Order: sequence, then C-alpha cells, then structure tokens
Amino acid sequence: MTISADTFTFVAELVRRCSAIQLPAGKEYLVETRLGALARQADFVGVDEYVGALRLLQHCAEHDRVVDALTTNETSWFRDFKSFQALIGHVVPTLLRDDPALTSIRVWSAACSTGQEPYSISMALLESAPGLAVEIIATDISQEVLRRGRSGRYSLIEINRGLPAAMLVRHFVRAGAEWELSDQIRSTVTFSQHNLLDQPPAGGAFDIIFLRNALIYFDLQTRREVLCRVRSVLRPGGFLLLGATESTLGIDDAWERVPIGGGSVYRISTADAA
Amino acid sequence: MRALVIDDSRTMRRIVADILSGLGFDTSQASNGREALDLLDAGDAFDLACIDWNMPVMDGLEFVVAVRARREWRDLTLIMVTTEGERGQVVRALAAGAHEYVMKPFTPDALASKLALLGLLPFEESP
Repeated sequence: MTISADTFTFVAELVRRCSAIQLPAGKEYLVETRLGALARQADFVGVDEYVGALRLLQHCAEHDRVVDALTTNETSWFRDFKSFQALIGHVVPTLLRDDPALTSIRVWSAACSTGQEPYSISMALLESAPGLAVEIIATDISQEVLRRGRSGRYSLIEINRGLPAAMLVRHFVRAGAEWELSDQIRSTVTFSQHNLLDQPPAGGAFDIIFLRNALIYFDLQTRREVLCRVRSVLRPGGFLLLGATESTLGIDDAWERVPIGGGSVYRISTADAA
Repeated sequence: MRALVIDDSRTMRRIVADILSGLGFDTSQASNGREALDLLDAGDAFDLACIDWNMPVMDGLEFVVAVRARREWRDLTLIMVTTEGERGQVVRALAAGAHEYVMKPFTPDALASKLALLGLLPFEESP
C-alpha cells in the first residue's frame, strides 16, 4: 500500500516549513514507513487517514511528532571516523599551536541527533587533549532525540555501532539492558533545541563546529544561509567540520578547505576574515 | 582478506560468515577454540578471527590467550562476538589481547563499523 499524493504533498510541505528539509518525490516510502508507527499509535488504520486528521487541525504537538519522525536520522559513534582523526590529528593541535595559552575549547555539535556525535567528540578530546576544558553545545530540532541524548543511555544495538570497546569500558557502565555514559563525559555536553534556520546558539563564539550530514537535506539557498550563520559564531581561526560528502564549494565562498588527508574540514578564508 | 569464524552454533557461524562474505572476506569456520587453533597450526593464514566466548573444548577467551602467546600469529586481528555483555568481561577480553568486542545481538553494520575501526575495511562515507 502506498500513500496518496495529497498526503505526501501535505507532509513534505509541513516538514519543509518547520525544518527546511526537502522531501523530494520518491521519498513516499520514507513517509509511509516512518509515519506508519505514529498512525498506529494514534489508532488510525493507515497513514492517509492519520495525515487526513492532521490536516484538519491547527499546528500542534502531533505535527511536531511528524516532523521529528521524518528528520531524525540514524547515527553512530565516531561516524565518519576521518572527521575524528582530523579533530585529534590536526584541528586541536592547530588551535593549540595558534594559541599556546588555550585552556578550554568550545564546540557546537549541530544536528546532533541522539547524542553519539557530541559524546564521541567529548571522548576524543578527553583522551587526546586531557588538559583542555571542553564545553560542547549539542543541538537538534527534535525534542525526542535531545531527550535521549540527555539521558546518556544507549541500547546494546546502539553501543555496538562504531564505539571502540576500549572507550566502552573507560566511559560507560552497564545500567540494566542499557549502557550509561560516565558523568565526566556527560557533564561536558549541554543539549538544547535549535532549528538550523534560526540564529545560532548564544553564549559566545565556537572554536569548532560539527555540522555533518545536515546541509545535504537543504536546498542551495538554505545551505548558503546556514553556512553564513555558522560563520557568524565561529571564532577567527576556528574550524568547521562537514560530512564526508559535503562541501562549501559553490555555496559560500567565504570558506576554504583545509588540505589534510581526511575529513571535510574548513576554515573561514583568510581573505574573507581580513 | 581471510576470516575465521569460531562459534559452536552452526547458525551463528553462518550468520557471521555471511556478513563477512558480504564485506569481501573469504571465510572459514571452526566450532570451538581448539579446532580454530588446529587450523592455524596447520598453516591456514587469516587476517581476522570472530570469536564466540562460550564454547565446548576451548572457549573464546582461552583461544585469544593461546593466539597471543604465539608470535607468528601476532598480526591476526581478534574480535569477540558474544552474548557475554558485562563490562568486566569486555575488560578481560581486551586485557587478554582481543582487539574489539561485539555483543550479540548485533546488526551487520555494527560488525562493519568495528572492522573499519581496526583498519580492515575502509571507513564508510555517509550518508
């Protein structure tokens, strides 16, 4: 069974309006799969009937659940490991070389999903630069994934995905059927809701911004606007890390790629910063 | 790349071997640690061993210790793939010389992610 064209159009427009994420034709299966569970929970016989009811309502929490369901993506520990190799092998050493008196690092993990990215950053920094104080602001549009991230608890299936066993034993304890992160790691990460279409989080400039696998869901103009806002909160000399398949090329010329072996790493170009 | 799957459950051996085959490995199987050691002693060379913990004759931890005691097998990468899920057991396995630890039940991408960490697969490029 497939969803109707009207259902898909309504859902795609709702998601675009709330998150700027594009759901192009061909993603009907995604809508059907992810909203199927919500429809069943709400006692509707199918996705068309569920969405049909939503269309009659003012925007409410149920609409937010739909946006959540379609904008939440699977993640894993140390996803795109080259980013973390770049973080440890180049980004942090460069920040320390540029400012030998550096004692703390402020990181924004944007579109952080269920927390594996900011916690991976925290573990990597703790082990590679133990003398630095670390503050990570982890944001996502979805309250549900933020709630899970704040809990610091992960299932066996989640733990198995990309987390080195040595880090598991150093930073986690068993908590029933789940594994719970140590307070030392959890205390470095603050989760808050944020839509990438809005102004960046307040509280000062960031030394490092992780914005991985988020731009790909936006149209060109939105990518440009997001990168411009990101620039406004990246301190001079700071680093932006994008997803492995992402680039600023042809979107925002104020960035220059850092020529290191792996990782999609960018800085504000010196010409632009001057 | 050649992988040795060591598990007393024929079904689990087939599942793990199928995943590894899909990732490009040539696989062999053994139903306990002793059988696996016999294969290694006979001169079969492997890059990777995926090892269950609880097996008759010789268990997975004993196998890891035995492999680590032999210099000629120092390049063999050892991953425990087991239902044993207590933190202390992960510590014991790593201390004995296992490189990684996957807890059952697991998804194929979990095993692939561990192999990537160990340099036996290229890192995935997401999405």
